[in-house]
Amino acid sequence: MGLLDKEFSDGNIVIAKVDDLMNWARLSSIWQLGFGLACCAIEMMATSASHYDFDRFGVIPRNTPRQADAIIISGTVTLKMATRIKRLYEQMPDPKYIISMGSCANCGGPYWEHGYHVLKGIDRVIPVDVYVPGCPPRPEALLEGLLKLQEKIRNESLRKKIS
Amino acid sequence: MKNPEEIFELLKSEFGNTILGLEKETPTEPIITVDPMQINKVGLFLRNNNTLKFDSLMVLSGVDDANGTKIKDEDGTEMISGGTLSVYYHLHSTNLKHKITLKVSTPRETPQVESVYNVWRTSDWHEREAFDMFGIIFLNHPDLRRILMPYDWEAGYPLRKDYKNPEFYKGMKVPY
Amino acid sequence: MPLKTETMVLNMGPQHPSTHGVLRLELEIEGELILSVKPHIGYLHRCFEKHAEAMTYPQVIPYTDRLDYLAAMGNNFGYVIAVEKLLGIQIPERVEYIRVIMAELQRIASHLVAIATNGADIGALTPFLYLFRDREYILSLFEMTCGARMLYNYMWIGGLSHDIHPDFVRKTKEFINHFRPTIVELNNLLTFNKIFIERTANVGILPLDTAINFGASGPVLRGSGLSFDVRREDPYSIYNRFDFEIPTGKGLVGAVGDCWDRYYVRVLEMEQSLCIIEQAIDNIPEGDVKSAIPKRIKPPKGTVYARVENPRGELGYFIISDGNINPFRVKVRAPSFVNLEVMGELCKGHLVADVIAILGSLDIVLGEIDR
Repeated sequence: MGLLDKEFSDGNIVIAKVDDLMNWARLSSIWQLGFGLACCAIEMMATSASHYDFDRFGVIPRNTPRQADAIIISGTVTLKMATRIKRLYEQMPDPKYIISMGSCANCGGPYWEHGYHVLKGIDRVIPVDVYVPGCPPRPEALLEGLLKLQEKIRNESLRKKIS
Repeated sequence: MKNPEEIFELLKSEFGNTILGLEKETPTEPIITVDPMQINKVGLFLRNNNTLKFDSLMVLSGVDDANGTKIKDEDGTEMISGGTLSVYYHLHSTNLKHKITLKVSTPRETPQVESVYNVWRTSDWHEREAFDMFGIIFLNHPDLRRILMPYDWEAGYPLRKDYKNPEFYKGMKVPY
Repeated sequence: MPLKTETMVLNMGPQHPSTHGVLRLELEIEGELILSVKPHIGYLHRCFEKHAEAMTYPQVIPYTDRLDYLAAMGNNFGYVIAVEKLLGIQIPERVEYIRVIMAELQRIASHLVAIATNGADIGALTPFLYLFRDREYILSLFEMTCGARMLYNYMWIGGLSHDIHPDFVRKTKEFINHFRPTIVELNNLLTFNKIFIERTANVGILPLDTAINFGASGPVLRGSGLSFDVRREDPYSIYNRFDFEIPTGKGLVGAVGDCWDRYYVRVLEMEQSLCIIEQAIDNIPEGDVKSAIPKRIKPPKGTVYARVENPRGELGYFIISDGNINPFRVKVRAPSFVNLEVMGELCKGHLVADVIAILGSLDIVLGEIDR
C-alpha cells in the first residue's frame, strides 16, 4: 500500500514499474484453497473467523483448485493423501504459492520417528514457499507467515519469470 | 445384574468345552477365554438370552501377544515365529447394566477367527481394522479388506511387533 | 420401450469443503436419489498405536491430545483415568474438581464448533462467526491456565501440569454470565429458523435399536431417544456429586432421531455443562495439584478398559501393561469411528444434498477415526 498512496498529488497520473504494480495486485488478494487436514485446520478456521480476521488481508477461501492462488497445507500429510495433494497442486494454475503450516507438514512433526504412514514433510512432494512452525501455530504465527509470503511476492520480477 | 462368575457358569453349562477358562486379573474384571471358531454362537447366546441381554459391543481389539520364539533375521532385526494373536471383546448391556470381557487366541501363522458381524453390526469396521493391522482373517465377514492403510500396501501388517518399514512407497521416501 | 438407465458413481473426494476433514464418500446415485454410500477412511492415519508402544506412559499424553483435536481435554482425561486405575492411586480432590471444570468447558467449546460447522454446511454462514467469537473466550481461559490454545497436555497421570491462575474463577463466572444470552441468540438465529428446519427435520432418521446395534453413542444415540450417558452409567471422577439432566431427542419438529434432534441435543447439552461448571466453580478445595504424581510410572501386569463421555460419544481406552515403562498395547475406541458406520444406513433414499446435512449432524472428527 505504501507504493501508490503518495503518488496521487499530481492529478490522476501515477508512474510505477509494471513489476511493482503486478506484484501489488497479486499480494493483496491471495485466494487460498480451503484445505485443512488435521488440527492445524482448526487454527486456520479460527484465523479466518472474526477474532483474527484473514479477510482484511484479502484472503478468501475458494473451494476448487482451479480458482485458487495459494494452498495452505495444514496438518499431517499421510502417504495415502500425498498422491492426491500432488494432483491438486498440478490442477492449480500459475502463479501458485504453497504455505506449509504446522510441524507435521514441515518435517513430519511428532510422528517422525515411528510413523510408518506419515510423509515426513510435504516438501518431499511439492515445492514449498513459506514454512510456519508450531504445533499448532498460533493464528498470529500464520498471519506472519502470510506477511512473509507477501514479502516474497513483492520481490518477484516478471523478467525472471519469462526467462 | 450378574457378576462375571455367574456369567461364566451360565456359559459353561450351555457350551461346555468351548469355554476355555476364566482368568482373574487385577485390577480389572475377569476375562473369559473362548474357542475362536465358536465365538459367533457364544455371541448370539449372550445377546439373545433374557437374563444376559448383551446388546452392545463396546470395542473389539486385536493384540499381538509376542509370546513366540524370537529369531534374528539377516539384517539384525528380530522376527517372531510361533505364538498367538488374540482378539478381545468388551461387551455391556444397556438394560441390565453388566459388563464382561471375552478373549480368543489363534496361532500366529494362520490366524482365523469367526466373525460376529451378524450379532453386533459395530464389528464390521473393527474387524476390518484388526485384519489391516494384524492380519487376522475373520471368516464369513462380507467385505474384509484394508481400511486404514492404502489398498495396495504390500509391506505387511503394521501393528505386529516384528513389522519392518519399506524404504519407498510410490516414489516417496518413507523413513525420516 | 423402457429406457435403459444406469446408476452413476459420484465421488465426494478427500478434498471437499463440507466433509469435516479428509473423508472420501463414494455415492452411488440414480438421478438425485442415493442408493448406497461407502465411506473410505485412512487419509489421516498417523500411527498412534505404534507410537504408544514406543513411548513411556507420560509421553503418550501429547499424542492423545491429537486424536480428537477439538476435545483434547476429554482425550487426556480418558487416558489418565485408565492408567490411574491400573496403578491404583488416589487423586487429590482439588485435581478432580479442576479436571471436571476443564472437561465441561471443553465440551462447550467442541459443541460450538460442531454447531457452527453444521450450520455452515447447510448454508448459514453467520452462526459460524458468532460461535467462533464465543469459543475464543474459552480458549483464552485455557491459555491462561496452561499456555496452549488447542492441544494442552494438561492432565497428567496423578495430577495436572499447572495449577489454575488466581483470576480463573472470576473470569469463568464472567464467561458463564456472558454465554447464557448467546444460547438464546443461537436459538433465535438458527435452531428455530424455518429454512434450517426444512433442511434437517425428518432427514436421516435413526431408529433406536439400529443405533444400539451399531454401537452409536453420544448425541447420536441420545437423539434417538435413549438417555444413555457414561457420566451417569459408569460414573468416573466426581460426576456423581453433580446434578444435571441428560437431554434426549423428542421429535419436536419432526420424527424422533432425525438430524434436528441430534443438533438440538447438542444445544441443550451446552446449557447442562454450564450448570455443572456453576456447581463446581465455587467449591474447589485447596491442595497441591502435583502431590500424587508418582516418580516412576510402572504399572503392574494387567489390562484395563476405561471410558469417558467425550462431546462426540463414548471414548474408551483399552491398555495392556506387561510391567515395563512402555505400554504393551493401547487401543482407542473412538466414538466417531463407530458413529460413521451408521452413515450407510442413514443415507438410503435421500437426496445428494441431504448427505451433507446428515454428515454434519453426526459430527465426526477424522483425527480420531483414523488415529
